Amino acid sequence: MLHGPAAELGVDYASKQKTRLGLILFLVYAVLYGSFVIIGLSYTHLLELRVFAGLNLAVVYGMGLIVLAAVMGYIYSLICTWMEDKMEREAKK
Amino acid sequence: MIYDVSIWAILIFLFFVAAVLGLSFYFGAKTKSAASYYAAGGTIHWGVNGVAFAGDYLSAASFLGISGMIAFAGYDGFIYSIGYLAGWVVALFLVAEPLKRLGKFTFTDALDAKFNSRAIKLTASISTLIVSIFYLIPQMVGAGDLVVPLLGLPHWAGVTIVGAIVIYIVATAGMTSTTFVQFIKGALLIIFSTILTIYIINNGLSLKPTEDYHDFATITAVVEDGTVTEIESDHFILKNQVTVEDKTFVLLDDEGFDMWFKLEKDDAGNTYLTEALSIVITADGERLYNGAPRSEERFHQVGHPSRIIHNGEEVESTGPLGPFEFLKVIEDSEIVIFKREIFDYGDDRVYVFYQNPTPGTDIMKPGMMLKVGDDGTFWDKVNFLSLMLALFFGTSALPHILIRYYTVPSQRAARKSTIVAIAAIGFFYILTLYMGLGAMVGGVNDLESSNMSSPLLARSFGIGIFSIVSAIAFATVLGTVSGLIVASSGAIAHDFVDMYLRVQMTDRQKVMAGKLAAFGVGIFAIILGILFKGMNVSFLVGLAFAVAASANLPSILAVIFWDKTTHKGIAASIITGILSSVIIILLSPSMFERYGLHPADAPIPFDNPGIISIPLSFIMVIVVSLLTQKKAT
Repeated sequence: MLHGPAAELGVDYASKQKTRLGLILFLVYAVLYGSFVIIGLSYTHLLELRVFAGLNLAVVYGMGLIVLAAVMGYIYSLICTWMEDKMEREAKK
Repeated sequence: MIYDVSIWAILIFLFFVAAVLGLSFYFGAKTKSAASYYAAGGTIHWGVNGVAFAGDYLSAASFLGISGMIAFAGYDGFIYSIGYLAGWVVALFLVAEPLKRLGKFTFTDALDAKFNSRAIKLTASISTLIVSIFYLIPQMVGAGDLVVPLLGLPHWAGVTIVGAIVIYIVATAGMTSTTFVQFIKGALLIIFSTILTIYIINNGLSLKPTEDYHDFATITAVVEDGTVTEIESDHFILKNQVTVEDKTFVLLDDEGFDMWFKLEKDDAGNTYLTEALSIVITADGERLYNGAPRSEERFHQVGHPSRIIHNGEEVESTGPLGPFEFLKVIEDSEIVIFKREIFDYGDDRVYVFYQNPTPGTDIMKPGMMLKVGDDGTFWDKVNFLSLMLALFFGTSALPHILIRYYTVPSQRAARKSTIVAIAAIGFFYILTLYMGLGAMVGGVNDLESSNMSSPLLARSFGIGIFSIVSAIAFATVLGTVSGLIVASSGAIAHDFVDMYLRVQMTDRQKVMAGKLAAFGVGIFAIILGILFKGMNVSFLVGLAFAVAASANLPSILAVIFWDKTTHKGIAASIITGILSSVIIILLSPSMFERYGLHPADAPIPFDNPGIISIPLSFIMVIVVSLLTQKKAT
C-alpha cells in the first residue's frame, strides 16, 4: 500500500527551482557554520578578539549565525513564494 | 534554603496542569480518525504550527540544560544553542518541503513513499522509537529536577507526574491537543524568558548578588613542608588535610560540622584557606551537605563576580546595563566559578566544590567544558567536531519534529511554519546566554544540579516570576514529551503494527492502538527518567541528536536527492546508523562513569558518536544502493 500526503497537495511547479535554491543557501550556511567550528577547534585565540560593541568574536559570530539563519530563511521563503506564484501563473496560461 | 516550597508555585503549577488536561479533554472528544490522531488532520495554521515547533523543540534541554550549562561552563553551553539552531537551516533548506510532499503520518511513511518496503517500515519504526527514547530520557530527568523545588517532592515523583499527565494528553487527543499544548507553552516560554532577561540586565552585576548571599570565609594558614599546621581563626578548628594532585583540601570543624577549605598561595607567598562547599556520601549512604543533612540548609546557592570592571573602572556593582553592555562587563570582569574535585576520605566519598576565580575572557569563549584549541587533546577535538556535526544534522532527523510537517495543509505552510520556528527558537537561544550568565553571577546556582539555574534565577527576582517560570518549565517538558510519545506511538501502532505486520484494523482501532502504544512508551519513559537522575539534560539531548543524525538523515537526504537510492540501501543505512551510534555511546567515557567505572577505561575515547556514525551511515546508503540496483530491461 503506497501513501499520499496527510492533506491533499496541489501541483508544485517550482519544486526543482526551490530545491536548487535550498541547496545553495544550505551550502552558504554550512560554510559559515563550518568556519565557526574550525575557528573554535584550532584558532580559539581568534575568538577573543573584540569585534563589535566591545564583544568578542565568539559572541558576535555565535549570535550572528543564529540571526543569519532567520534572515536567510525569510529570504528563501520570499523567493520560493515568488517562484511558486510565477510558475503557477505560467502553467495556467 | 535552596528548595523552600511556595504555595503560589504550587497553585500556578496546578492551574497549568488543569489547563493542559482541559485542552486535551476538549480535543479528545473530537479525535475519531487516525489522520486526526497522528497529524491533527493536516489542518493546523502555519503560524500556530511554527510556534508549536518552537514549543516542541525548546525542550528541557534548552530551557534547563543549556542555561544551566552556560551558568556552569560559560560560552561552551552557548555552543549548544548555536548548533541546535543551525540544525533548522538543514531542516528548512533541504528537508521541510520534500518531506511534506512524501509523507502521510510519520517519518517512516515519507521514507517508504517511493518503495513500499517492509524493510524500511521495520527499520524506520525502530529508529523512530530509539531516537525518541534517547530524547525522552533527558526530558524526564528535567521533569524530576523541576519538581524538587516547585512542589517539594522527590525526583522520582516529578518523573511519574509528568509521565502520567503526558500519557493522558497523548492518549486522549493525540496530535491536536499536543499541538496546542506546544503552542501555548512555546509562546509562554519565549515571553517569560524575555521578561527574565530584562530582569537580569536591569539588575546588572554586583559583588554581593543577593541580600542573603553567603559570605565565603578566607582564613590565613601556616604551612610547613606542605602541611597546614595552624590557622588564624577563633571559630574553626583544624582537623586534617587531603592532597589531590596539585590541590590541597583542608578539613575544619565548624561548631561540630565538617567543612572543607582549599589551600591557596598568593604571588607574595602568603598561604590561606578559601571556603569550599562539599557533599559527603558516608559509608552507610547518608549524604551530608557541608557536614549536615540537606534540611539543615548549610549548602549555599553560589555564583558571584570576584572583580567587576565597568567602563574601565573596578566597581562593587554596575546598576542597570544594556544588552551588549551586560555581556561586555562579564567579559571584562572576573567571575568565581566553582570547580569540582572528588576524593575518598576514610570510608566517605567527598565531592568538594572549590572557588576558582576565572577571567571573563575565558568564560566568553569555548574551552571551560569543551576542551579545544591548545588545551585540547586530539580526542577532545574529535569530540567537539562530532558534537557540532550531530547538532547541525540532528534537528532535521528527529522524528517528533518531522511529524509536525504533516499537521499543516501545504508545502508552503510547512516552509512558513519552519521560518516562524527558526525566528522564535533563535530568539530564545540568544536569551539562553543571558539567563545562563545571569545565573552564573546571580548567586543562585545549586552545585548539585546544573539543570535548575534558570528557575532558581527566577526565584531570586520574586516568588511570582519563579512560580510562573517553573510552571512553564514543567509545561516545557509536557509539550516535548507529548510530541515524543506521539512519534513513538506512531512508530509502534502505525508503522510497525499497521504497515509492517499488516494487522487489519478499522480507523477507530488504529487510534486505539496508538493510544495503547502511547501508554506503554509513557511507562517506559518514567522508568528511564528515574534511572538517569543527575545527568545534564542538554548533554543527553546531544547524544539523541547524534543517534537521529546517524540513523535517519542519510536516508532522508538519499530519498530526496538521489534517484539511485534503493530500499535495501535505506534499511542498511538506518541499521548502521543506529548500531554504530548506540555502540559508541555505550562504550564512551561518560557512560563508563554512569556504570560506576573509571571514564579513562572506556574503549572509545570520546562521547559523541556523530563523526563516525554519520559518515558511516551515508557510505552505507550509497554503497548498498549501488550494489542493489535493478538491472535495466
